[in-house]
Amino acid sequence: MNKFIRFIVKLSAIITFGALFFIIGYILLKGIPNIRPDLFQFKYTTSNVSLFPAMITTLMLVALALLIATPIGVFTGFYLVEYAKKGNKLVEIIRMATETLSGIPSIVYGLFGMLFFVIKLGFQYSLISGTLTAAIMVLPLIIRSTEEALLSVDDGLREASFGLGAGKLRTIFLVVLPVAMPGILSGVILSIGRIVGETAALMFTLGTATKIPNSLLSSGRTLSLHMYLLSTEGMHVNESFATGVILLVIILIINGLANYLGNKLTKGR
Amino acid sequence: MKTKSFEKFMEIIFLISASMSIVAIILICLFIFAGGIPFISEYGLSNFLFGTIWKPSNNPASYGILPMILGSLYVTVGAIILGVPIGIMTATYLAKFCNKKLYKILKPCINLMAGIPSIIYGFFALTVLVPIIRNIFGGTGMNIITASILLGIMILPTIIGMSEASIRAVPGSYYEGSMALGASHERTIVSVMLPAAKSGILSSVILGIGRAIGETMAVILVAGNQARMPAGLTKGVRTLTTNIVIEMAYAADTHREALIATAVVLFVFILIINGLFMVVKRRGLN
Repeated sequence: MNKFIRFIVKLSAIITFGALFFIIGYILLKGIPNIRPDLFQFKYTTSNVSLFPAMITTLMLVALALLIATPIGVFTGFYLVEYAKKGNKLVEIIRMATETLSGIPSIVYGLFGMLFFVIKLGFQYSLISGTLTAAIMVLPLIIRSTEEALLSVDDGLREASFGLGAGKLRTIFLVVLPVAMPGILSGVILSIGRIVGETAALMFTLGTATKIPNSLLSSGRTLSLHMYLLSTEGMHVNESFATGVILLVIILIINGLANYLGNKLTKGR
Repeated sequence: MKTKSFEKFMEIIFLISASMSIVAIILICLFIFAGGIPFISEYGLSNFLFGTIWKPSNNPASYGILPMILGSLYVTVGAIILGVPIGIMTATYLAKFCNKKLYKILKPCINLMAGIPSIIYGFFALTVLVPIIRNIFGGTGMNIITASILLGIMILPTIIGMSEASIRAVPGSYYEGSMALGASHERTIVSVMLPAAKSGILSSVILGIGRAIGETMAVILVAGNQARMPAGLTKGVRTLTTNIVIEMAYAADTHREALIATAVVLFVFILIINGLFMVVKRRGLN
């Protein structure tokens, strides 16, 4: 019996990690030989199937969405942890709202973005519609990581700061925030990953144009969308693999960074 | 005095920021429901939910989404059957069987697994799983089985992450008590630790169900997407999510409203799942 349990548990672990390594290995193996300089030409044409414009668009989208979501998310964390009193009804509602937000499927975000930003506000398929949709999507992630990071800061630090006559704001920004920084940053970095990997929410907000957007109101496509569109067309399998490699490398770097920062936080505790 | 008013000012800024998620959730509900409910009330709720034929181009058009509801249900159940046991056992491995050194490598791998974009999972399934399934079962290889395997893999990190945390949260005295009574390490884990962690494990499964129902872009590549009643495990299906994506690009007027109404149904499912999740989690805390 003991042996059997041990066997089942180990087998499950092998299946899980085997699947992960197989997927990564397969995409890398099939994709790397297909990365050719043509893919990085400035302009997309049907003959070079360049992914460069999608890369730049991804970068723009991530930067803009974080520019909006980070302050809102971090400030929300400040409010929840540093200001709200215990048993505050509003806190309860905010927690419920963020929890619900984090469970909403991306296609529902996509439809909402289409109905609200694209149609109601008249932004059309554009960088700004995509940005705002993505910002709402990652908000719960940033809020939660900020909350957790702030809660892990020793109360003694706050008391010492107050004791020395510092005000609440000064304490938050100069004492608490630096200590909580790695945790908050790892949340922000994971948000980058979420946006980079997003497809369904962006299809009907950012649109699918192949060029680099030249203003907030013009359309584009991110790497994930690019890969999706290539794989549904079925004609550019090699280019899909190559795009997959670029995506995977980005995600690997992002996760590595988040992991490093997470370790730093637990060590600082 | 000046700093005091600035303090007050910033507190209000923080409060406004904190209200943004409430505003967002209200806006989302408002726009999705307002976009879909007029259609549902006009077409009839039971006609819409239990209609077995989805043919928007027919005259008169037919908008029954039962095929898609069942499609979502089947692939989700398939994903649960495959993903839950493997996920819970892997979580057990990480929490109780694996040494510290290995854990330091494997834990980030689970996070990585959660971070891999769904399009990569989908593309992998399209190029690897589909041909294998095609060889075994014949047909196109895009069917309920393929989609279930794919989703089963995709929900693993969700289930593992939360289950592992809840297994770790079981007090050590449970373990010691059971060992002192003469039970083996393995026996203790299966009959003491896992039952003690059951509310956390159950929440992880509920979260996994939510993830599976909501998944779109990966499923679209491997499920076949035929908008008809599911005809068997080796036949293609269309889910609620994929129905929206496939037809939204060219839908107009009533057809478009019907798609938004599909999102309403999906959204209600997700809200129910979220509610369930919160209830289970809260009960676990008490």
